[in-house]
Amino acid sequence: MAAKYTLIGKPMPMTDAKSKVTGQGLYTDDISVPGMLVGRILHSPHAHALIRRIDTARAAALPGVKAVVTGLDAPKPYGILPVGHDEQVLQSGKARYIGDNIAAVAATSAEIAEHALSLIEVDYEVLPAFFDPRESMKAAAGWIHDTKPNNIEKEYHHHFGNVDEGFAQAQFVREESYYAGEVTHAAMEPHSTLAIWEPDQRMTVYSSTQVPYYLHRTLSDVCEMPMSQIRVIKPLIGGGFGGKSEIIPLEVAAAVLAKKAKRPVKITYTREEVFYAHRGRPITYVDLKVGLTREGKITAVAARVVQDGGAYCGYGPVTVLYSGALLGAIYDIPNVKYDGFRVLTNKPACGAMRGHGTVNVRFAFEAMLDALAHDAGIDPVDVRRRNLLNAPCITVNGLRVTSYGLPECIERATEHAGWNDKKGKLPRGRGIGMACSHYVSGAANPIVRSNIPHTTVNIKVDRDASITVFTGAAEIGQGSDTMHVQLTAEVLGVRPDRVHLVVADTDLTPIDLGSYSSRVTFMAGNACIAAAKNMREQILAGVAKKLGCEASELDLREEQLFVKGESAARMNFDQAIAAALEFQGGLVARGTYQPPETARGGKFKGAGVGPSPSYSYSAQVAEVSVDVETGRVTVESIVAAHDCGRALNPLTVEGQIEGSVYMGLGQALQEEMIWENGRLMNPTLLEYRIPSTLETPEIESIIIESIDPEGPFGAKEAGEGSLAATIPAIANAIYDAVGVRINSLPITPEKVLAALQEKQKRERAAATNMSGNGGGGAR
Amino acid sequence: MSLAFDKVPLQLTVNGKPCAVEVEPRTLLVELIREQLNLTGTHVGCDTTYCGACTVLLNGRNVKSCTVLAVQADGSDVRTVEGLATEGKLHPVQEAYAANHGLQCGFCTPGLLMSTVRLLEKHPKPSDQQIRKAIAGNTCRCTGYQNILKAIRAAAAAGK
Repeated sequence: MAAKYTLIGKPMPMTDAKSKVTGQGLYTDDISVPGMLVGRILHSPHAHALIRRIDTARAAALPGVKAVVTGLDAPKPYGILPVGHDEQVLQSGKARYIGDNIAAVAATSAEIAEHALSLIEVDYEVLPAFFDPRESMKAAAGWIHDTKPNNIEKEYHHHFGNVDEGFAQAQFVREESYYAGEVTHAAMEPHSTLAIWEPDQRMTVYSSTQVPYYLHRTLSDVCEMPMSQIRVIKPLIGGGFGGKSEIIPLEVAAAVLAKKAKRPVKITYTREEVFYAHRGRPITYVDLKVGLTREGKITAVAARVVQDGGAYCGYGPVTVLYSGALLGAIYDIPNVKYDGFRVLTNKPACGAMRGHGTVNVRFAFEAMLDALAHDAGIDPVDVRRRNLLNAPCITVNGLRVTSYGLPECIERATEHAGWNDKKGKLPRGRGIGMACSHYVSGAANPIVRSNIPHTTVNIKVDRDASITVFTGAAEIGQGSDTMHVQLTAEVLGVRPDRVHLVVADTDLTPIDLGSYSSRVTFMAGNACIAAAKNMREQILAGVAKKLGCEASELDLREEQLFVKGESAARMNFDQAIAAALEFQGGLVARGTYQPPETARGGKFKGAGVGPSPSYSYSAQVAEVSVDVETGRVTVESIVAAHDCGRALNPLTVEGQIEGSVYMGLGQALQEEMIWENGRLMNPTLLEYRIPSTLETPEIESIIIESIDPEGPFGAKEAGEGSLAATIPAIANAIYDAVGVRINSLPITPEKVLAALQEKQKRERAAATNMSGNGGGGAR
Repeated sequence: MSLAFDKVPLQLTVNGKPCAVEVEPRTLLVELIREQLNLTGTHVGCDTTYCGACTVLLNGRNVKSCTVLAVQADGSDVRTVEGLATEGKLHPVQEAYAANHGLQCGFCTPGLLMSTVRLLEKHPKPSDQQIRKAIAGNTCRCTGYQNILKAIRAAAAAGK
């Protein structure tokens, strides 16, 4: 395998690393242009209120203010999903959460813009608000959106097989309730947008976005300008994790201000605004029932999931569908029932966050499986071994599984972690736990239904034999650019430094749907290979004419052109290009990727979400210490094995696994957005504590390569799938350490301590009873 | 009300070059660096002295420049990420981060580099615990720190 490829499978440091370590690379907020104004947004102080009147006259009259806009300037509602066009960039009728966007100002300085906000008068009529989704979904009136009765954004009810029969076959059935608090992406770069009004009535928009093409479409819609008049450029992005994967209000507000002021306008969120812009992982209630036979076979799973979606639709229906679609599909479970509710509340909208929709249900399921394994007296690893899919296969809910490295993930992770030596054998206070997860390699169905390929990549070769790849795929730190360089150079048989990229610029690069749902390697990677292969054919065809032979007799490798069977090269790559240009003219190639029909899932309502051309798998083992005096949990180590199909670049794959584990660790133990009547009590990184080096253990990442038949060189996703296994692995390790199960995230010292005290009370009571019984027995 | 304040003249050395500027008394060091000196490699991540993306060296010590007033830097030596490479040659710490994939999105990287430079100036052969503590004030949301730790160990090993 190693000999087969020159670059694939070899570690390649990121091509943009130099620009990042020197500080020369530009993120959106680093870009300034002459005449640029500073934009600021006025946010609602009320969680739910009618807007009776907005008077901007005093703000507009302030010297230095160049534009003030309200919802009337851009009334068209939008949203990432076609079914969820429910937010205006600036609300004109109703504010639906504290922080909702009411008006925006562009001025010559930040101080003037901020002062101008204070001069805007808004009359609100405060309405009763909904903060708890379980209450909100019972509301008979006063709904957050008139079109959404009972504040239910969407509900789905799926039933595959027959769970009643399944539970009847089980010897062990458990029902548990799980809770996951709300978490947010906390990408290090706060969102920023620079909208430049050009003299020819065009607009250029630099923005911190994972989805330049959705932004392009939305700006065209809301600003009522043809797409051809808008150019969206994605500069360096300081992390996304889903938080920049839908249209964020500042992106539209900057454009609307720029259009009105006819000047460049930049808006950069404060960190507090980033927290309120949110779109993170929702508060989730999971009622779960799972049945297990005495032999350890899972017979049925039934879940009722309620997600607190916040005030707008966003990706909500997709989130709640992923929770159902990927609930059981990792294992061979014949009977699955899912009832999912996405509920509206008067809080910032939730959305896609790394591991979208799968993380909280995976926590519940894997923790439950651990408990059932103990009930049945089976090693938790064995339970998983006994419920593996027989891939390739179609799961009970219609997901096509083409490659399945989970068995090897389980074996390698447990072996590296010393599972057999440690499980049940560690001293009290120290424990080991394991869990599994899986994730999509991109969604097989696009957000906006169409038959347009999900990615197109163009490649051009110039006279100096340099290669330019035009890709819309958004590098956000995950290594997308490096992957394009690697694939192109591999297929063309050239040095990587010949390859230059033009990335995510809607004027120049063909459509790519964006960096979300872990789709880039699979989809843009396949499109890039197709384009490079096409380029290779063109080059060889041109050279063949020059040499008077057939293209099929030629080979291009290691910067040289060979006639097959000859040991000496006929010409180098530069000469080959010169020859090809002579016969072909300008060398331009195109490649596309479209998921196959067979990967697109079933036909039932909601079947569109969950299908992917391929799935990644992960198994992890966590080792923890629990301080029984304080309840404090310390994660000592995590071993994470991830099936990424093929590691095109092991360096970046490991980075993705480790980053996912890290984010899971944060959600498991310490991250939570604390709400009080719709107000966020911890809207800073000081209070919303993401793990530092002091809380982050050694993470051992193990790459498993199942070589997917349709992936680019066999690759699948690596960026998200690992996250979901980390949380239950830690929870299960805590049980192993101190014998308590915490079904609520994050697992804070308070919760552990309370559970320990409860357990002690129970044990004392049992001991008292036993001594009572013992006395009776002695009679 | 007036939004303008009298400006204060400052003399400081930035990346080895003397520099005379005028700032408002409330101007933060990071604002001076980014907005007046156009050294945009120093980033603002949190506004609350937590994330460390804005870390620079002030008279050799790593400080979070979002919580230092520019006037406090009067007469000082300021070193930013732009001052690390010399004559187009990367600083060994920059080399180590790039080679070991000690960065992904790169937003936190300049701050981490400055804290690492400070660490290695103080402790050329740091223990793992010293490394972890030295960068505990620099959060990275991408990497899980593993490759950052690797990069710092590599930089320490490369330094004589």
